[in-house]
Amino acid sequence: MYNGEAYITGSCVIRDNRVYRDGELLLETPRELELPEFLRAGYDHFSGQYPKFHKMDPLSKLGWLAAEVLLKETPLNGYPRESVGLILANKSASLDTDLRYYDSVKDIASPALFVYTLPNIVMGEISIRHGFKGENAFFTTDVFDREFMVGYISQLFLEKAVSACLCGWVEVMGPAYEVMLYKVERAGDGGLVFNADNLQKAASI
Amino acid sequence: MEKLMAALKAQIVEQLNLQEVKPEEIGDDQPLFKDGLGLDSIDALEIIVLLQQHYGIRIANPEQGPEIFHSVRTIAEFITAHQTAK
Repeated sequence: MYNGEAYITGSCVIRDNRVYRDGELLLETPRELELPEFLRAGYDHFSGQYPKFHKMDPLSKLGWLAAEVLLKETPLNGYPRESVGLILANKSASLDTDLRYYDSVKDIASPALFVYTLPNIVMGEISIRHGFKGENAFFTTDVFDREFMVGYISQLFLEKAVSACLCGWVEVMGPAYEVMLYKVERAGDGGLVFNADNLQKAASI
Repeated sequence: MEKLMAALKAQIVEQLNLQEVKPEEIGDDQPLFKDGLGLDSIDALEIIVLLQQHYGIRIANPEQGPEIFHSVRTIAEFITAHQTAK
């Protein structure tokens, strides 16, 4: 009988103008490059050919880019789309974009900004790109609560609500940002067992 | 009309953040939505904002939208007609 065990089969960390996959540094830009330019460099390096990227807010761009890095060479194609979940968390929700939208309201409200004034939109952008249709949830917590994330997702695996998922932390507020995105699968050859310690270990650079 | 269409193309690229499209690449009669330039419903709202900000025009009847926003030329014709009627 399946006990809900799952495996971390990939990780992507984005911080300090660097992009790592499975602990390996894949892209680094000069520290003085600001977030929008760093994100554009990441898009050009890892993807391209997806013009909608330029319309996204920084939160969506960060999550989308991390998913691109994680799934480019090892996509989750072997699972039914309905069984691939997305569980994310951050500290600032969509406040970074909310404030810019608030500024735009003083003149003429921007519809393009308005559509990003929810933190879970980043999951929609990732789902559209990769065709995911499974369970999803976005939590807002002061810090990345790995124990909570493991408990929540393990229950999804146990209930067979998901067979694979992307999960992690996608935070941005002004110039400060950090992404720790993980690929978790029910079967994972050579992967780390999905638990809080290994989430930390997988993102240790 | 040619000058207005050129200005519109530049404004559309800027307002809609079409970073991979050059204004001169947009055809005068190229459909802006679906299989044409690929704009979506949010882009349509942004064009409405653009018309208001740059030309002081409000779309009174939303049902006119698909006709007005078909191409750069139809938008330019709408602006010209609106300015002439003032």
